[in-house]
Amino acid sequence: MLKNIRIALWVAVAVSLVGVSVLLWRADRQERAAAFKPEFSLPDEAGTLHTAEDFRGKHVLVFFGFTNCPDICPTTMAEVAQVMDDLGPEAAEVQPVFISVDPARDRESGLGKYLSAFHPSILGLAGDEAATQAAVGSFKVFSERHEDASAPGGYTMSHSSSLYLLGPRGDWLRQFEYGTPADDITADLKERL
Amino acid sequence: MMNSTAAAFVLAAILPATAFAECVEVTQGNVTVSAAWSRATIGTERPAVFYVTVRNDGSEERLMGIETPVADVPMLHETVVENGAARMSYVEQIVIAPIDAVSLEPGGYHGMLMDLQTELVEGTTFPVTLLFEKSGPVTIDTAVLPLRAREAACEEAL
Repeated sequence: MLKNIRIALWVAVAVSLVGVSVLLWRADRQERAAAFKPEFSLPDEAGTLHTAEDFRGKHVLVFFGFTNCPDICPTTMAEVAQVMDDLGPEAAEVQPVFISVDPARDRESGLGKYLSAFHPSILGLAGDEAATQAAVGSFKVFSERHEDASAPGGYTMSHSSSLYLLGPRGDWLRQFEYGTPADDITADLKERL
Repeated sequence: MMNSTAAAFVLAAILPATAFAECVEVTQGNVTVSAAWSRATIGTERPAVFYVTVRNDGSEERLMGIETPVADVPMLHETVVENGAARMSYVEQIVIAPIDAVSLEPGGYHGMLMDLQTELVEGTTFPVTLLFEKSGPVTIDTAVLPLRAREAACEEAL
């Protein structure tokens, strides 16, 4: 009888040890997931390839959008431009990047000229379909083409609307939801720089 | 001396406020339309945007569509952000509840001006006609603000 209880207790100890290690393993995985490093390798308008590695040492603000979008994309670029102005000399430590989710059309219509009208520091990247999807997947964001007769060219893109912040080691720090005031983004960045 | 210093301070306090012009406001029937603005465009290839505020002082009113000479295909659209993803869709009409106001503003309802006939140049204006179910067509001068604008440049009286 006593022997049976002792065995049962040891079994309980073994089960709880397994449970604890599963929990620890999960916590470790979550921590690693939180500090993941999104990657991209995409050309600018001149064809120069840019990767996440290029911006080591800087904070990077990444937005996925397309320039045929008249509302949310220009509004966000206007916020980013304001942030870059308000950062003053510290702006040199921040690189804003616009990754086109509609690259063929955006290359044709002059992505660089469009973005520099907001702020000269914004880098526009437009790759091929595969490289764009790889970037979208790596950031764990979303973009999808919708056929839509009421849109210019007969289609529109839905896309993640947040602004993503990468740290100086290329790790994911946070995202700013659409509509976050420029002042809040500037204040967050100033604390980190 | 003291008075002129005080006057200078008062002037300095007032000047930024005067940078905001009065909103152009058009009233017809029960609706008052104001704070109409758009962003400058680069060329005519991309669609432009139209933002405006509509106040309704009567019973339920509907905005059924918009017309403008600067674009062949002007439409009412709505940006919907769901689970962090934004999509834009055509809306047939915008309902304005009795004694209420609706703003077409960044991130929500907006006019999408497709097939632009002319580049929208900062500092100019262009007319947009709003088609209301009950109050009929109302035309307002729309201010073309810099590409970087985030809101109307006038003080809303609404």
